[in-house]
Amino acid sequence: MSTHTHGGRTPEATRIHNIGYRHYDGPRLGRAYARRSLYSQSLRGAFGLGRSAKSKVLPMILLGVMCLVAAIIVAVAVATPNMTDLPLEYTRYAIVMQALITLFLAAQAPQSVSRDLRFKSVPLYFSRPIERVDYVLAKFAAMASAVFLLTATPLVILYLGALLAKFDFADQTKGFAQGMVSVALLSVLFGGIGLVLAAFTPRRGFGVAAVIATMTITYGAVSTVQAIAWETGSSGAIQWLGLFSPVTVIDGVQTAFLGATSAFPGGEGPGTGAGVVYLLVVLALVAGSYGVLMRRYRKVGL
Amino acid sequence: MIATESLSKRFPRVTALDRLSLDIGPGVTGLVGANGAGKSTLIKILLGLSPATEGRAAVLGLDVATKGGEIRERVGYMPEHDCLPPDVSATEFVVHMARMSGLPPTAARERTADTLRHVGLYEERYRPIGGYSTGMKQRVKLAQALVHDPQLVLLDEPTNGLDPVGRDEMLGLIRRVHTDFGISVLVTSHLLGELERTCDHVVVIDGGTLLRSSSTKDFTQTTTTLAVEVTDSDTHPDGTAALRAALVAAGLQVHERTEDGLPGAGHILLLEATGEETYDVVRDAVADLGIGLVRMEQRRHHIAEVFRPEAVQAMEVQAR
Repeated sequence: MSTHTHGGRTPEATRIHNIGYRHYDGPRLGRAYARRSLYSQSLRGAFGLGRSAKSKVLPMILLGVMCLVAAIIVAVAVATPNMTDLPLEYTRYAIVMQALITLFLAAQAPQSVSRDLRFKSVPLYFSRPIERVDYVLAKFAAMASAVFLLTATPLVILYLGALLAKFDFADQTKGFAQGMVSVALLSVLFGGIGLVLAAFTPRRGFGVAAVIATMTITYGAVSTVQAIAWETGSSGAIQWLGLFSPVTVIDGVQTAFLGATSAFPGGEGPGTGAGVVYLLVVLALVAGSYGVLMRRYRKVGL
Repeated sequence: MIATESLSKRFPRVTALDRLSLDIGPGVTGLVGANGAGKSTLIKILLGLSPATEGRAAVLGLDVATKGGEIRERVGYMPEHDCLPPDVSATEFVVHMARMSGLPPTAARERTADTLRHVGLYEERYRPIGGYSTGMKQRVKLAQALVHDPQLVLLDEPTNGLDPVGRDEMLGLIRRVHTDFGISVLVTSHLLGELERTCDHVVVIDGGTLLRSSSTKDFTQTTTTLAVEVTDSDTHPDGTAALRAALVAAGLQVHERTEDGLPGAGHILLLEATGEETYDVVRDAVADLGIGLVRMEQRRHHIAEVFRPEAVQAMEVQAR
């Protein structure tokens, strides 16, 4: 600015140097680096890091509660004599805590994608080396990673607690590994669904509502119909009904393949045959989410 | 900087660009066209984001069809619309955008501080963007386009929504992007008058075809319109008509059309100014008639005026 260039006779002490424009000749790290940066920024953002203090409150409370409950379970297991196993299976933890996970997803998925859409920042990304596929992959991976951190951290606490309580090592390790695979699947599935819903509701409030509604209504409906089926004695239908809500789909997969006890009425989870269908549904939903997101962003280029 | 060769873009129902051939050199170039003239389509193609139906285009010597990523690494883009999230500070936002352009974290922070200072944002850069004025937001938008030190920036309607003072500041800033930073600029506008003062070169497109491409000097000579408003006097009850007669007699080209002036005053005469001497002729004519001169001002052209048949004809005559 011209106000910065003072005449040559200005006293040395009061002179403001105008260093002028400097060109940048350092490295340009390109597309892969930009994608990684977007991933880490989005992942940190999901926990409010690098954002305002206010936005840290909710994710941190949710993470805290997830860990606290695990710590209480561990405390109970360690303090109670003659216990040989944790009072709650690793695979069961996320199912029991699903309300918190839904809340986290509902708050953070819109934060991650709705802002860019609502305030039309997306074209700024696509006018840079980064491309649509990079943007979608980075956002998807970041959301899945955030849900994974939220769901896997308490499992680690449970596992460490179980080792501390000197429960059978092989048993616990197997259960822990199964639990980790299960929450990994859950994270990718939930992340995808959350982002798709958020990407179609640029107004953040609606995005939050859409995610909560989708998760709780489908789960509520499936559980209710399953309970009716159980009461009316048509227990064969129960295992197929589970396909219609994200939580029960994960429950079905882990019942069939990951040694989990089904949370369905009467423990009527799918067997291996039906389990394959469950797994295919999970994979189809994940691939579908990715496809829908790619389509969504084709329209919002420049 | 930019070269296109019979570049066409056709959508199912519309032809956005029709065999457009351009050759734009370094400096500040204005791209003028009415809404729908194909400006945005051209920018999209130049950034390698939309394939051309036929023809070729190169930016900085890189083919847009195959080297889109490399082009976008070296080119900055400032969109016309709002694109800033309100809940982060200018610094945070521009640092993020610098990293999206491939700058390492430390460089991104340094370049952000530098660039924001150059566009005239100081202490306020740490406050959330939501509280900024339109002028400040435009500066942030410009900063994010410059932060990675591009060789060329594409600015889409950068003066939109600004008040006259903000407009002048932004135009001055754009001029400096070239003179002080050494970055070439392609700036779009639908206001020709605005670009006259900022650009070295103006390209006019309409309906996807090139209407005219010339240096600003040639352009303004044929297009400056003077608006003159005079009072009536006892000897000349209709001052406007008297002045018109006098000016036509003096050989000036006076438009048939007049505009309404201030209440109580007469009409406003519009005439073509061909050079400095036109002003003198008007001044002398008014003085000879003994009427009062209320105002004499340069009209900012709306692009539509340039395309009025007589204006286009005048251009052609001038070109010969």
